[in-house]
Amino acid sequence: MIKKIMLMSLILLYASAAFAGRDKNSIQVKGSDTMVNLGQAWAEKYMENNSGDFVAVTGGGSGTGFSSLISGTCDIAMSSRSIKDKEIALAQQKGINPKEIKVALDGLAVVVNPKNPVSKLTIDQLAKIFTGKVTNWKEVGGTDSKITLLSREVNSGTHVYFKEHVLRKMDPNSKEEFAPGALMLPSSQAIADEVANNSSAIGYYGMGYISLKQKAVHVAKDEKSSYEVPTIENVINGKYPISRPLFLYINGEPQGLVKKFVDFTLSKEGQEIVLKTDFVPVK
Amino acid sequence: MRKFKEFIIEKLVLISGLASIFFVILIFLFLLKEGLALFKFVNPFEFLSGKSWYPISEPPQLGILPLILGSFVVTIGAAVISIPIGVACALYISEIAPGKIKEALKGGIELLAAIPSVVLGFIGMVTLVPWVKSVFNLPTGLTALSGSIMLAFMAMPTIVSVAEDALYSVPKSYKEGALALGATHWQTIWRVMLPAASSGILAAVMLGIGRVIGETMAVMMITGNSAVIPKVLFSNLFGFAQPVRTMTATIAAEMGEAVVGSEHYFALFAIGIVLFVISFAINVTADLFLHREHKKV
Repeated sequence: MIKKIMLMSLILLYASAAFAGRDKNSIQVKGSDTMVNLGQAWAEKYMENNSGDFVAVTGGGSGTGFSSLISGTCDIAMSSRSIKDKEIALAQQKGINPKEIKVALDGLAVVVNPKNPVSKLTIDQLAKIFTGKVTNWKEVGGTDSKITLLSREVNSGTHVYFKEHVLRKMDPNSKEEFAPGALMLPSSQAIADEVANNSSAIGYYGMGYISLKQKAVHVAKDEKSSYEVPTIENVINGKYPISRPLFLYINGEPQGLVKKFVDFTLSKEGQEIVLKTDFVPVK
Repeated sequence: MRKFKEFIIEKLVLISGLASIFFVILIFLFLLKEGLALFKFVNPFEFLSGKSWYPISEPPQLGILPLILGSFVVTIGAAVISIPIGVACALYISEIAPGKIKEALKGGIELLAAIPSVVLGFIGMVTLVPWVKSVFNLPTGLTALSGSIMLAFMAMPTIVSVAEDALYSVPKSYKEGALALGATHWQTIWRVMLPAASSGILAAVMLGIGRVIGETMAVMMITGNSAVIPKVLFSNLFGFAQPVRTMTATIAAEMGEAVVGSEHYFALFAIGIVLFVISFAINVTADLFLHREHKKV
């Protein structure tokens, strides 16, 4: 098993190194799974406009993006969270100077099965549910059934963001954690599928993944505030309480192809693609 | 000239042979170097018996007891399912099945071994998980049981082919002797063939289990990955009907995130050492059984 993993990573490393080094006209973009579709759409349009340039987009999670930026295997890291101090220190050790560019906003939807009668929750209730203090739907106005918690794995920026902003309510001294019984699923799609099939499940992901098979819960900051749906409009005007910025990280000032691509993502055309992939433009 | 050619070829073959051992040693040393570094931060006893796994918190909580137990639950489940079916299948193929059916079965088993584990995991996620959920009336189908069933499919080819080899290598005279003494076909199989091939069959079982405990992809997709210590209750089928997180899935899911040189990173390698030790022990046991069999025959 270990042998397999090491071999695979070696092969990937060589493959990507060979790939990146082969051609000056190509860049590697890697990171957040939330942003893979967006990155892919940007890359396609960009390559259509600039034939001869090549942009490869892969996912793996925000943390994965940072580690490859630091180890020099990608040119742009996509991330749904800010870079950690630890990661900056590590990057500087390797002579890499991460620069942050905000390219879009995303609303984090909390989803339940459409059969679930619960349709609105406060941040406080969400925190209690996901830390395991509330374990039955009837405690938050639902039927008498056990809550199945769905979370992303720890390599997901969404996981980290949800923990810091919902479970810990932005308090840096808070020690709240996801309940140990929470199911850790490897992708947003896996959460979407499980919520669609499981009437007692609750999960969270970027609002781009909402479909008719899941119901997005209306969320309020506290009991006095209004309960809002995650829509593009509500994220722009700041009414929806769980929204976050999406970033691209590059090494130092953008140059050459990297600059061309970053400029494209912030252009009118690039930001229209943001809207089309169900995210919220920054411009 | 001919001798020289021969010499070169011989040495090349020798180097190729040594290379595999060399790589194993290198990998093991690397694993030790990265994994043992963890114990500067955490003491080994706390690491093995700690009950919480929160690797990215400050400070991280690195207890792998839930992960070890998770791996064991899934493996035991898979063994309980795959051993009886696998051994019976090997018996049928080697002793009972007529020519054509035998060939078809053997081909089928080989085909089963050729299915990539991601594919099995995916099939399990779409078909088995909802089924387990509704049959056992559980809050979720992403459980150790689903993982065990899927892994049983993966262990089966190994168990069947090694056990079949073991049965095949039982001397013909044993069987003929038993039949000549008036034993029925079933009595021959049960009282003579099985005991004679027992060490080979045990080796088959061990190799099958070794395959199960190291499996990652399918497990990660369908066991739910929650790091809790399985509760052994009647209501959850003695720990099987609940989500578990295995050691392999933890490494695969978190390796991408772990910052190189962090405690989390070293902890993942330390889990690697634990896994290495377990599968090494299993393989050595299997080898001992195989060896014993060769001496006897």
